[in-house]
Amino acid sequence: MLKIENLTKMFGGLAAVKDVSVEFEANQVNAIIGPNGAGKSTFFNLVGGAQKPSSGRIILDGEDITTLRCDHIAKRGVGRTFQTTNLFDQASVLDNLIVGHRLRTRSGLWDVLTNSRRLQREEKLSRDRAREALDFVGLSHVENRFIADITQEESKRVAFALALATEPKILLLDEPAAGVNPEETEGLARLIRKMVDHGLTVCLIEHKMDMIMGIADKIMVLDHGEKIAEGAPQAVREDPAVIEAYLGSDDDAAA
Amino acid sequence: MWLKLAALLTRPATKYLFIALALVFPLVAQNEYQIYVMASAFVWAIAVYGLNIITGYCGQLNLAHGGFFALGAYTLGLLTADYSWSYWPAFVAALAMTAVVGFFVGIVSLRLKEHYFAIFTLCVGFIMYLLMDKWEELTHGPVGVRNIAPPDGFGLVDFTETTPVYYLTLVFLVLSMWFIGRLSRSLLGRTLIAIRNGDELAQSLGINLMRNKVLAFVLSTTFAGLAGALYAGMVRFIGPEDANILHTFDMITYLLVGGIGTLSGPLVGTMGIVWLTQSLQFMEEYRMILFGPLLVLLVIFFPRGIVGSFLGWLHRRTQGEAEAAAKTQQSRDITGREVNNNA
Repeated sequence: MLKIENLTKMFGGLAAVKDVSVEFEANQVNAIIGPNGAGKSTFFNLVGGAQKPSSGRIILDGEDITTLRCDHIAKRGVGRTFQTTNLFDQASVLDNLIVGHRLRTRSGLWDVLTNSRRLQREEKLSRDRAREALDFVGLSHVENRFIADITQEESKRVAFALALATEPKILLLDEPAAGVNPEETEGLARLIRKMVDHGLTVCLIEHKMDMIMGIADKIMVLDHGEKIAEGAPQAVREDPAVIEAYLGSDDDAAA
Repeated sequence: MWLKLAALLTRPATKYLFIALALVFPLVAQNEYQIYVMASAFVWAIAVYGLNIITGYCGQLNLAHGGFFALGAYTLGLLTADYSWSYWPAFVAALAMTAVVGFFVGIVSLRLKEHYFAIFTLCVGFIMYLLMDKWEELTHGPVGVRNIAPPDGFGLVDFTETTPVYYLTLVFLVLSMWFIGRLSRSLLGRTLIAIRNGDELAQSLGINLMRNKVLAFVLSTTFAGLAGALYAGMVRFIGPEDANILHTFDMITYLLVGGIGTLSGPLVGTMGIVWLTQSLQFMEEYRMILFGPLLVLLVIFFPRGIVGSFLGWLHRRTQGEAEAAAKTQQSRDITGREVNNNA
């Protein structure tokens, strides 16, 4: 469903992402791994439209979205979470999630002035979607708590819920399990599986190999901006190029 | 007990109590001067409400706000004094002027982010001051604009008197608060708050950053223009000093003290500081010795201002009680079941 063709991003003379082509199938968990600085986050920024590629094409469900602006890409169904999610910490969890569905609504200033039917309907719709998303990630019981008062793991789930409220087709998760303990990591992995079971496609960047090997259907490995391997978890794990990227080659060890 | 009293303050009906108090204020005021101070505090509060849209809700620190206030005042002043327009058409023109200039300043300045935006708007505000001070053919320069028309009462009300002006400013304040209250609770208000949380996240949620920021900016400058136009009709003499950057910093202080990004914060902050300033009049410039430390303490211990801190405290307390109640209910259910099992 997401097809990347020869994607390249240059920063000055440096290629952060170099000639990457890959295809992500619908209804799967696709993981992107690689050492620090391999270009994983830049890759997400390109797909999400936050940065424009130097060359190459990004095709979502047959439509070329390479040159679209970020908000238009989001409307076409690409949802994102970030390594850190800055929310309004002096407002309740639910209040923070309502805006998630904003992109599917049309009310403007005039609707606010006249308190139009459309605005009322859309506000109710957005609130319902926020509740559904919160229910999906299993946090209905904290909906009235302030963002400042929830745990690290709960805030990870809230970030998922916010992305889910946009009704995406594909979700890009940037290190969804960073900073949570192993037990909570398992819980988040189950949640990601649940998203796929409900028809979503997931792409994630993650450093926790146990988690990746457990949930990924397909793994792409980046190193220095280039794709060095791609395939099922088992095959990638045994790929010499991947082992070299992560552990260094025998030559390096000898030297 | 305190909690219940505090909760009463946030009831929707409470606002009618405050409107009623404001309505009877001229009857209980000791002298006309107090009514005048109150009316001018209302005018400043309207301007601070405008600043709250772009800076409080949308998170972009706009330092040209005082400039737009003066732009509204000058538009009204010059049109009525030099071009003999009557008050209300000039009033509408002042709103239109600040909205249009706000739009063009917005589409340029909002390409910048954070500090760069603040510095750019600081310069815009200063350029506005310079224009008012130096462009003598149009603005009369440092002499200022005299003979500004008072609001037209159509023969029914005389707005050169203090009390009618007080009620006029009150009407505009209530209308402004009504509009901004509705805005802040709406999807549009939530969109602005999402932008304050961060550009990156907001645009990943499908929010068009530029369009929403420009809209917030234009709304805020229009409110500054509204306040400026009311001010010009009230004092009936304006000068370039009205565009002084210090007024912008005053407004930011009111906003911070009251509670940035809250609905009643601008009013609480403006009222509090205006009256504190008045009661410390005898200290003259030495007031600042008191104000400075007070502001520092406030920012350290109550960064969300009076209203923001109060609401936060209230929410935590009521939420805490609700959760505690739910827990006792649960444990009661469990013990109840145990009893049944035993039976």
